[in-house]
Amino acid sequence: MAAKKRSKKKSRKAAAEKAAADSAPAAKPQGLVRLLEDDGSVAKGKDPGLTEETLLYLYEQMVQVREFDRRMLMLQRQGRIGFYGPILGQEAATVGSVAALEHRDWIFPALREGAAAMMRGLSLTEAINQLIGNGADRCKGRQMPCHYTVKEGNYYGMSSVIGTQISHATGAAMAAKIRGDDIVVLGYMGDGATSANDFHCGMNFAAVYKSPCIMFCQNNQWAISVPLSKQSASETLAQKGKAYGMPYVRVDGNDILAVYSVTKEAAARARQGDGPTFIEAVTYRRLGHSSSDDPSKYRDDAEVELWEQRDPVDRFRVYLEKKGLWDEDKEAAFKDDIAKRVNDAIAAAEKEAPPEDETLVTDVYARVTEQQKEQLAEVLALEGRGVNTGAFPL
Amino acid sequence: MTATNPQTGKGQAKTKVMTMLEAINDAMKVEMRNDDRVVVFGEDVGKKGGVFGTTMGLHEQFGDNRCFDTPLSECGILGAGVGMAVYGMRPVAEIQFLDFIYPGFDQIVSEAAKMRYRSGGEYTCPMVIRSPYGGGIRGGHYHSQSSEAYFCHTPGLKVVIPSTPADAKGLLISSIRDEDPVMFLEPKAIYRHAKDEVPVGEHTVELGKARIAREGTDVTVLCYGAMVPVCEKAADLAQEEHGRSVEIVDLRTLVPLDEHTILESVKKTGRVVVVYEAPKTGGFGGELSAIIAEKAIEYMEGPIVRVAGFDTPFPYSLEHLYMPDPKRVAAGIEKTFVW
Ligand SMILES: Cc1ncc(C[n+]2csc(CCOP(=O)(O)OP(=O)(O)O)c2C)c(N)n1
Repeated sequence: MAAKKRSKKKSRKAAAEKAAADSAPAAKPQGLVRLLEDDGSVAKGKDPGLTEETLLYLYEQMVQVREFDRRMLMLQRQGRIGFYGPILGQEAATVGSVAALEHRDWIFPALREGAAAMMRGLSLTEAINQLIGNGADRCKGRQMPCHYTVKEGNYYGMSSVIGTQISHATGAAMAAKIRGDDIVVLGYMGDGATSANDFHCGMNFAAVYKSPCIMFCQNNQWAISVPLSKQSASETLAQKGKAYGMPYVRVDGNDILAVYSVTKEAAARARQGDGPTFIEAVTYRRLGHSSSDDPSKYRDDAEVELWEQRDPVDRFRVYLEKKGLWDEDKEAAFKDDIAKRVNDAIAAAEKEAPPEDETLVTDVYARVTEQQKEQLAEVLALEGRGVNTGAFPL
Repeated sequence: MTATNPQTGKGQAKTKVMTMLEAINDAMKVEMRNDDRVVVFGEDVGKKGGVFGTTMGLHEQFGDNRCFDTPLSECGILGAGVGMAVYGMRPVAEIQFLDFIYPGFDQIVSEAAKMRYRSGGEYTCPMVIRSPYGGGIRGGHYHSQSSEAYFCHTPGLKVVIPSTPADAKGLLISSIRDEDPVMFLEPKAIYRHAKDEVPVGEHTVELGKARIAREGTDVTVLCYGAMVPVCEKAADLAQEEHGRSVEIVDLRTLVPLDEHTILESVKKTGRVVVVYEAPKTGGFGGELSAIIAEKAIEYMEGPIVRVAGFDTPFPYSLEHLYMPDPKRVAAGIEKTFVW
């Protein structure tokens, strides 16, 4: 029995090592940009020298979205929201890249960029309104959870169709260039999305028109149950940038300083008219694809454990502690504060009423059509009520 | 030359004689001058001026930033177009032939059409997708199809099909000014078919308003695009051979649909023929037939008759048999008198 257990452990270790060799920053494959070491130190002369304010902001955003993520998954399990796509493990890649832009720059997200929405002004309550799909939701309860939109923060409301936002990011960047606006566009995608049509046309158009954008791939190693090795035979995803004729970089996605730095450089290139950059951030999706997924069916726990050791938040906290910017007391107070923020937001969002029935037919066109009014009236009549046409824009 | 403005019926608008092709070109020039957010792009639309010539002179007049060639990718053209529209431009994307739109179909159906709705109205997609469509040029099935029904089946899109040069100009300008994505389908068979008086400069035709192309009292023919002149000839035949007074309703926009004009006409005549060149099954004419059956069946004095293409791919050599022609439409008209 004991022997069996040991050998199982051994094979898990071997699997973990193999996984590491396949995909990991630990193996330091050529060209992987990394600034923060596992022990939270930065090699001499490599510290990007961010201000204390920026460093603490990055940390706050990562910790906040992590707590949010944990609680939302719990709400989903309790049946209080319908679905959730967890972020755990990818906080640094999102927070670091968004922070490297100016607030006026545009963001075209994929599924796991909730932190970006928050950094662009989405309050926690608004985020939960979206997850619930209530009447206060900016999308008016029309989209599945995790499809946020923040117009005034230039955070785009994505669809569920993998990859389509890549060419939208390109188009927006083309438009910014045509208009002469000082705007950079950041488009996110997963590793799975690099196989989609829109990856090809979005990357190609971006490079051909030298549009001011950054294509940011969160290579979290999995697309639901399909591993990177089945997604692409390319040695790295980053090198795809070369084929399209744009600068490319492969960065440790769990190293927020490195992510920040490479994104900042890419943004500077875009701003000075040198066109797009492709960034592959090597990271890991530590939980299931979504609340509906059970990853134990297709991957080894050992691989997950390995990536737990490369946790982006822990690594950065150690860095802050070494710098004397953080300590246990601060951490405890901070965590309490964030837990309270999330609790308050849940309570506020759960008080909201469901969307009005009229929102079934509004916003399909600028004006509700005669046919839509007729269809709604017919159904509402069965409910014993009329259509509130006051809810329709004229 | 001056004439009565065909839209308002008022005033004396200055007009010029143009083909539909020239009218479309003129519409883009007018709007590009009017609004610097308007950009025209697609395959070969730049220096060449488009494979049919609809964008002739735009590149020369407005430069690289406003009219440009794209890589050969419908997905890219439409995806980038969506991004531009979301950003605040007024993109006019050309798809060289409607038959080649499918690589970009997803961008139309899943993205452009759903933008306003899915973002709760935060983001919109005011993009025009222009594309020549339909048979009559011996183009075989990859240069002839009439696939408007796919788009009419997608809420969030408007679908506009002109049949005269003046309407082509007025409807295109209105489409570019519209706040929502518009499929602007150009009946290429009649691009150069007839010249007509077209108002010079500003000219708009409201989307969602059908046109009575010919007044009559005995039977209504519903049609759009290149089928309108076919139906006009059929009406002449029906008049000559059977003394029928035929009313022709040119729909102009399939979405939003002017049900009012359709139903008024049908209630007046009590008979209807629906003409479309797409495959008969699942075509937009089936929708028109259903609306009439639902809302005006008590006025009908004969069966609702459809004259359409075949449930086959579009043929090459036998195109003349596939396409509804005046003889088939006239026969359809007679079928409504069987009761
Ligand atoms: C075009 C399309 N095909 C399939 C799906 C179903 N689907 C949703 S997420 C997903 C995997 C996405 O993987 P990746 O791009 O790596 O992003 P990740 O989920 O890992 O963040 C799939 C197959 C989809 N949403 N869109």
